Amino acid sequence: MRPIRLIAAAFAAIAMLASGLAAAQQPIKVGMSMPQTGSLGAGGKAALLALQMWVEDVNAKGGLLGRKVEFIVYDDQTNPALTPGIYTKLLDVDKVDLLIAPYGTVPTAPIMPLVKQRDLLLMGNFSFQVNRTVKHDKWFNNAPWSDAASWSDGFIGAGQKLGAKTIAFLAADQEFAQNLANGARELAKKAGLQTVYDQNYPPATVDFSSMIRAVRAAKPDIVFVMSYPNDSVAIVRAVNEIGVGDSVKLFGGGMVGLQFTPIMESLGSSLNGIVNYNTYVPGLKYPGVEEFLQRYAKKAVEAKVDPLGFYLPPFNYAIGQMLEQAITATKSLDHKVLADYIHKNEMKTIVGPIRYGPDGEWASPRVVQAQFRGIVDKNTEQFRQPGKQVILHPEQFKTGEVVAPFEKVRGK
Amino acid sequence: MFSFELLLEAILFGVLLGCFYAAVSIGLSVSFGLLDVPHVAHPAIMVFGSYCTYLLGLYGLDPIVAGIVLMPVFFLLGVGVYRFYYESFEKRGTEAGVRGLAFFFGIAFIIEVGLILVFGVDQRMAQAPYIGTSLSIAGYRIPYRLLVAFGVALVLTAALTIYFSKTFLGRAIKAVAQDEPALRLMGANPVRIKQWAFGIATGVSALAGAMLIIVGPVEPSLDRLYIGRTFCVVVLAGLGSMTGTLAAGLILGIAESIVLTLFGASWAPAVAFGLLLIVLGIRPQGLFGR
Amino acid sequence: MKYWIGAAVILLAAVGLALSGINEYFFFAGYVVLTFVVLATAWNILGGYAGYVNFGTPAFFGLGAYSAAVLFKALGAPLLLQIVAGAVMGGLLGFGVGLLTLRLRGIFFAIATVAVIFIMETLMVNWRYVGGATGLQLLRPPVPEPFDSYTRMLFVVMALMAVVAVSVARYVQVSWIGRGLRAIRDSEEAAECSGVPTLRLKLFACVVSGALMGAAGAPMPMYLSFIEPASTFNLSYTIGALGGAIIGGMSHWLGPIVGAILLGSLQQIVTVTVSGEVNVLVVGVLLVLFVVAAPEGILGLFRKRTLARRK
Repeated sequence: MRPIRLIAAAFAAIAMLASGLAAAQQPIKVGMSMPQTGSLGAGGKAALLALQMWVEDVNAKGGLLGRKVEFIVYDDQTNPALTPGIYTKLLDVDKVDLLIAPYGTVPTAPIMPLVKQRDLLLMGNFSFQVNRTVKHDKWFNNAPWSDAASWSDGFIGAGQKLGAKTIAFLAADQEFAQNLANGARELAKKAGLQTVYDQNYPPATVDFSSMIRAVRAAKPDIVFVMSYPNDSVAIVRAVNEIGVGDSVKLFGGGMVGLQFTPIMESLGSSLNGIVNYNTYVPGLKYPGVEEFLQRYAKKAVEAKVDPLGFYLPPFNYAIGQMLEQAITATKSLDHKVLADYIHKNEMKTIVGPIRYGPDGEWASPRVVQAQFRGIVDKNTEQFRQPGKQVILHPEQFKTGEVVAPFEKVRGK
Repeated sequence: MFSFELLLEAILFGVLLGCFYAAVSIGLSVSFGLLDVPHVAHPAIMVFGSYCTYLLGLYGLDPIVAGIVLMPVFFLLGVGVYRFYYESFEKRGTEAGVRGLAFFFGIAFIIEVGLILVFGVDQRMAQAPYIGTSLSIAGYRIPYRLLVAFGVALVLTAALTIYFSKTFLGRAIKAVAQDEPALRLMGANPVRIKQWAFGIATGVSALAGAMLIIVGPVEPSLDRLYIGRTFCVVVLAGLGSMTGTLAAGLILGIAESIVLTLFGASWAPAVAFGLLLIVLGIRPQGLFGR
Repeated sequence: MKYWIGAAVILLAAVGLALSGINEYFFFAGYVVLTFVVLATAWNILGGYAGYVNFGTPAFFGLGAYSAAVLFKALGAPLLLQIVAGAVMGGLLGFGVGLLTLRLRGIFFAIATVAVIFIMETLMVNWRYVGGATGLQLLRPPVPEPFDSYTRMLFVVMALMAVVAVSVARYVQVSWIGRGLRAIRDSEEAAECSGVPTLRLKLFACVVSGALMGAAGAPMPMYLSFIEPASTFNLSYTIGALGGAIIGGMSHWLGPIVGAILLGSLQQIVTVTVSGEVNVLVVGVLLVLFVVAAPEGILGLFRKRTLARRK
């Protein structure tokens, strides 16, 4: 071969290698919006910290596929109107490689058509049934529920054990609460319960005294509430202020926000007697979760967010773990390849092993229903003790039986 | 789900709430009803008062006390705002036109967004021993916060009614509303009087803001809903009538409460605005208007 | 004639941009700016020419958006039909509100328009078919040739709508209708006495203004693939329309264009780099400044400077 051709070939090879290396040095961009203010803000900030911990952990181990991970996040203020614009910006301006959904059903619902039409992988973040109508095949939810039954069976079951015959529904008019309410109504009917009150309220409602009065007048055995943090707090305060009546045996079920530490602390003894859902309470032994929570607690105190971090952070860290597992196994960032992998394989995370159904939800749900007991005011550390939230469901984790009637347990 | 007892309770709550609505509308009754200032920023100033109350509360001040303390500060603020408005618009004769309305609308937005930038979009509540507890009477449970607001509102309305009918300055304000040239001929300076009146209206808004945060949590965009409630009360009352304000407030409060109980929370925001449209359509001069 | 050549050039430029390879986000942001051009122009027909302040832009805009969404959900209606429906509903609402309140003083009309916003929003919140307060997810139909994406197509559609709106405003301004509206603005009593049909003219302006705003709202559900009441009926549309017209200049059809492009671009830049709230603050401050110090808007300032130079 003539020398000039050899040199040209060598140059070409070096150029290709250099550009390949340059591309390899480009960080992998993971983008999302997270509600850091607004109704879900308190939970969002804790979840964000967990994701940032994952990014640090992964980069400390050398990154993914030899590239560092760069995390781009915006605040959507729990406002569903902002997320389409934010995710369009993430895709077209920031040019991210991977998407994580915002925490919560309400901010996530508007971007489902967008990701389906662009055929992108979306890692869900504690939404409920948000893929129901769009039916996107590249959606994977990190939350331990699947359909309404996975959520309400435990709650309604506890009520039936107490001999309940009638039920009242109080649901916010937003995507999460309505999805849950629609499912729960069906299940209540199947269980033979009679609905004596059924009210949807606008998400911005702050005064619930008239609704609580109406609930009291209807004299239900079970009150199934589906609410977001701001309304959950307002409802608990209203119940505390004017009472919900002696007939009520079971109260709660789907109240988001009663798992956030700042809210638990500020409501204090008003929580007693409420039976509500959770994803993790002290006592549940998932592999690696307790070690994570210890590391998290130190960082949370510095960052001034939820110091206990029970509800969201472990599951957000799990999102990172799932991405890491899929990317490392397939050695690819292609969304279709990753989606196929997650559909077919068991994901190993600090909240246990996860297998996905065809709709992108957990094949084996693990929603906990627990009753608050013996809570005192202004004490954050008490929630670390197992007995403060008595697990009623699922059977394999049960630590106690439900106590009723509701007002009596509260000592009022 | 309908029961007579429930309806009675609704009316009771409506009366308590209605008096509160009257009290928060009194400031507008003076500034718009008497002085003809297109003051769409009145609810925004009131919400600003709520946040000031919240701030003082962080230092341990009871909300009512905070409201009273803020009154003179807001009085001065009102005097300043009116002076600016007069110099920029009224003097040149283009008051209730596009510019005046746009001016106050811009002010309202600036206040609202300013509050978001400083406090964020999250709700704020006041702390007091009477917030969160209720009075048990005859099987009903009435939240103390509503009773407190009701009491303060009554006192405020009574005080202002007496002021406007018995004191010299108060009567001068009413005179300036009715017949400004005549007042000028009698040697009084109408601009100074109007300034004073606007100051009173704004000072009252401080206390109204304190009551607002007692009755429930506040967040910066709350002023939008209260534009409807305050203007509904003022228009229904008839411009310039103090006792009319109380009556109109009660009507609105009871109407809202009944709709809330019978039809649900999703219809409640429309009651004030719907009533306003009805009044404007059928009897724009209101119940007691001049 | 010059005007129509200019309009054609703008339309061609819009299509050219849409077919070029510019970043997709430009069209996402540009659509919003063009929407504000339409809204400010529409607002000005009643607000600038006649002097009646309409705070209720979101009501008309939102009604247009929801009409389009309903037609799309029920019948799969094409975009053109959605826009026509939005315009019709907006015009009807304008007629209703006008009839109810245009006999009263200016401020009562303004307050009534605020009331209409909240009532419209409450109606949508209580209507399960459009999703109530939860909102509705909508899947866009496939993009027609030759556009690469739906957003690009919407950008061109909105550019066309802007040209239509400005043409309507220009016609109203120079015709006898505009003279009558100006007479009303300067002194309604004098106009009445001179035989100007004030109520009919005001109603006309209200209907046209409302129809244009409704048309501007119609493509919104397709733009976001989602619609819900709180953001659709948001008061920020009021400040955008009103601010754009006042800051740009209320007496001429060029004013709202200048104002809307300025505010719209400002919004896109500030919202992305700083925050949405700072943007609203800036607009509010600009509005107050102009209303107090430069009531003729940017156009007025420009005119004063050219006049001063000529002297």
